[in-house]
Amino acid sequence: MTQKTGAEIFIESLKKENVEIMFGIPGGQILPIFDAIYDSPIKFILTRHEQGAAHMADGYARSTGKVGVCVATSGPGATNLVTGLATAYMDSIPIVAFTGQVSTNLIGNDAFQEADTTGITRPVTKHNFLVKNVKDLAETIQKAFYIASSGRPGPVLIDIPSDVQRAATEFIWKDKVEIRSYKPTFKGHSFQIKKLADAINSAERPVLYAGGGVITSNASQELLELAEKANIPVTTTLLAMGAFPPGNELNLGMLGMHGMYWANHAMQNADLIIAVGSRFDDRCTGKLSGFAPKAKIIAHIDIDPTSISKNVNVHIPVVGDAKSILSELVGHVNKKKHPDWLKQIDHWRKEMPYGYKDDAKLRPQFVIEKINELTGGDAIVTTEVGQHQMWAAQIYRPLKPRYFISSGGLGTMGYGFPAAIGAKFGNPKKLVIDISGDGSFQMNVQELATAVLNKVNVVVCILNNAHLGMVRQWQQMFFKNRYSAVALHTQTGNAGCEPVPDFVKLAQAYGAEGFRVCKKDQVAATLEKAFKVKDKPVIIDFVVEQEENVLPMVPAGAALHEIITGLA
Amino acid sequence: MSMRHTLSALVENKSGVLARISTLFAARGYNIDSLTVGETDDPSVSRMTIAVRGDAKILEQIEKQLNKLVDVIKVFEYSETKHIERDMALIKVKASKSNRAEILQIADIFRADVIDVSHENLMIEITGDEDKIQALIEMLTPFGIKEMVRTGIVAMARG
Repeated sequence: MTQKTGAEIFIESLKKENVEIMFGIPGGQILPIFDAIYDSPIKFILTRHEQGAAHMADGYARSTGKVGVCVATSGPGATNLVTGLATAYMDSIPIVAFTGQVSTNLIGNDAFQEADTTGITRPVTKHNFLVKNVKDLAETIQKAFYIASSGRPGPVLIDIPSDVQRAATEFIWKDKVEIRSYKPTFKGHSFQIKKLADAINSAERPVLYAGGGVITSNASQELLELAEKANIPVTTTLLAMGAFPPGNELNLGMLGMHGMYWANHAMQNADLIIAVGSRFDDRCTGKLSGFAPKAKIIAHIDIDPTSISKNVNVHIPVVGDAKSILSELVGHVNKKKHPDWLKQIDHWRKEMPYGYKDDAKLRPQFVIEKINELTGGDAIVTTEVGQHQMWAAQIYRPLKPRYFISSGGLGTMGYGFPAAIGAKFGNPKKLVIDISGDGSFQMNVQELATAVLNKVNVVVCILNNAHLGMVRQWQQMFFKNRYSAVALHTQTGNAGCEPVPDFVKLAQAYGAEGFRVCKKDQVAATLEKAFKVKDKPVIIDFVVEQEENVLPMVPAGAALHEIITGLA
Repeated sequence: MSMRHTLSALVENKSGVLARISTLFAARGYNIDSLTVGETDDPSVSRMTIAVRGDAKILEQIEKQLNKLVDVIKVFEYSETKHIERDMALIKVKASKSNRAEILQIADIFRADVIDVSHENLMIEITGDEDKIQALIEMLTPFGIKEMVRTGIVAMARG
C-alpha cells in the first residue's frame, strides 16, 4: 500500500478531476500543498491578490463551463477570497477553493493567521468543508467538485489544516460520488412540461425570459428551437447575454433597469411569461407589485426549487435542467406565428429606439459600438460593474454563449480584469476584452503583473469618465446633483485636471502596452492596433464624456414600463 | 397569515450543521421560536425540530431553503399530518408555607411533577404541548415565577 501525503492527495485528486489550471497565492499554512504543486503537471498561476485568484477561477469557469480552482493560505488569504466566492455564489458559478488552515491542534486558539474560514464563507458558498482527517481528503475533494458543478452550480470551499496536508494515507478515488443528502433534480416533471406546452400553445402574447441558467446548462440551441417553433420573442438577463443569437428577429435584448424599452414593454404586456434559468431578480422585475400585470400565466423552468415563487408567484413551475426540459418541451409545442404580437413589439422598438447623442464628443457608447463592429461579437467580453457594464450589455452583441462575462448578482467592481485573465487562460486563441471603468479597474489593477508575467494578452478598454460613474448618475438623478465622493481625479471633480493615475504610464510601468484615446476618430484605429498585440496585456485609456448617463432607466421602485428614456 | 409551524429536518450528524441552519434563518430573516437537536435511532443522523412563524409563502421558502442545504437529508412540516408535539419546562416558582399547598394542587391538576423544594421555592417539571405549558405558566404567574427553562418542541407523526 503506497502512502500519500495530504498534499500529494490534493494533486492526485485534482488530476482525477481533470483540472488543468489553478490560481492563487501561497502562505505559511499551505506550504505542504505548494511543495506538491512544485512537481505537479497542473499549471499554477501566481496572482497578486487572492481576490484576483477567485475571479480568475470564475472567469475561467464562465468562459469554459469547467470548474475553476483557486488556492489560498489561511487567515488573510482565505478572507481575501470572500468577495470572489460571493460573486460566484450569486451568479451560480462552479469554483472549488482550497485554503490552508492552522494545524488541527491549534484550531480555535487564535493562532497566527487563523480565521474561522468555514464560518466566514458559509453564507457565500454552496457548501464548504473543514477536513480534519487526511483519510477524508480525497473523498471531500471529489464531493466538492460534484457539488460545485451539479444542480445549481456554485462555489465550494475546502479548508485543509497544515497537519492534514502533511499526514499520509492511502489514496482512494471512488468511481462515483454518492451524497445521500444531496440529490439535485435533473429531469423535469413530464406533467408540468405538458402543462407548460398547453399554455404556450394557447398564448397570444408569450415572452421567453432567459437567464444565466440557459448558459450554465448549455441550452441555447434548445431555447432557439423553442422560440422559433412557437414564434416567441426572447429577452435575456445580463447573465444570459449571448444565450440567444444576436441577429435573430426574436431577440429583444436585455430587460430590466437598463434594459431595452421594447423588452420591458413586452414583459409588461405579455399574457404568458416563460422564465428559463432566471430568478426574477429585482433588477429585472422592477417594482414587484407592478410586474407583468397582464400575464395570465407565469411559468418558471429552474433547477433550483428555492428560486421558484421566491419573488414572483409562479403558476407553472418546472424544476430541472433547462436543456433537458426545453428539448422535451419543444416536442409538445405547436408551430405557431404571433404576427400581431411581434408587430406590437416592433412598434415599441420604433417608438423608442436605443441610442445616444452621437456628436463630435467621445462618448463611452461609441467606444463599445466600435468594439462590437470590429469584433462582430466574436470575442469574449468581460466587464467590471457600473455604467460601462450596462453600456456593454446594451451595445455589445456576443455571438455565442460564454462570450459575455459579468458580475451580475453581487455587482463586484474589480471583477472584469481578473475574470478576463481567467477567460484567456481557458480560451488562449480567443480575443478577450475587458470593458472597464476607471473606478473598477483600480480595484484589481495589481493583476497587471500576473497578466504581464504570464504573457496574457487581454485588452482592457477603460471608459475613463473620471468618476464612479453609476453612483454619480444616481446622485445627479435622485440626489439633486450633489456629487458626494464620486470624483476620481480630484476632490472637486474639475474637468481638465491631471488624471490620476495615468493609465498609459501605469501600463508601461508593469510592462504592458498602453494607449490613450481622446477623439472619436482614433477609436477604431487604436482598437485595431490593440487587437494585434501579442503576448502582453493592453490598456486603452478612453477619455470619455464625464457626465454621460446610462439610459433607458427604470428607477428603483418603479414598474418596468415606467422607464426614463432620456432621448426623444 | 402568520402562523406557527413545526418543521422537522433530518440532518447529517456532524459539526457545523446547526451553524448552517441558523445562518440560513438569520440571513433570510426567518424567526425561530424554538429549535431542538438530537441524535436519532441512526447515530449518523440528527433530527432538528424547528418551530417558526410565517405565512404559507415563507414556510414554503423555509422548507425549500432547508432542503437545499447539502447536509439536510429530509424536511417535513407537520401541519397537514396528525402528530404529537411535546415541550418540557422547568419552572421555579415562589412558594411560602401559606400557598405551597395551593401550588401543589395546581401542579397536580396539570400532572406536573414537583422535583425540588426549598423554604422559598418549588421547582415544577411539566411536559406537554404548547397550550398545556402555557396554561400552567399562567396559573403560576401570580405566585411569582423566579426562573423558567424550556426544551423547545419535539414532534413525531402518529401511526
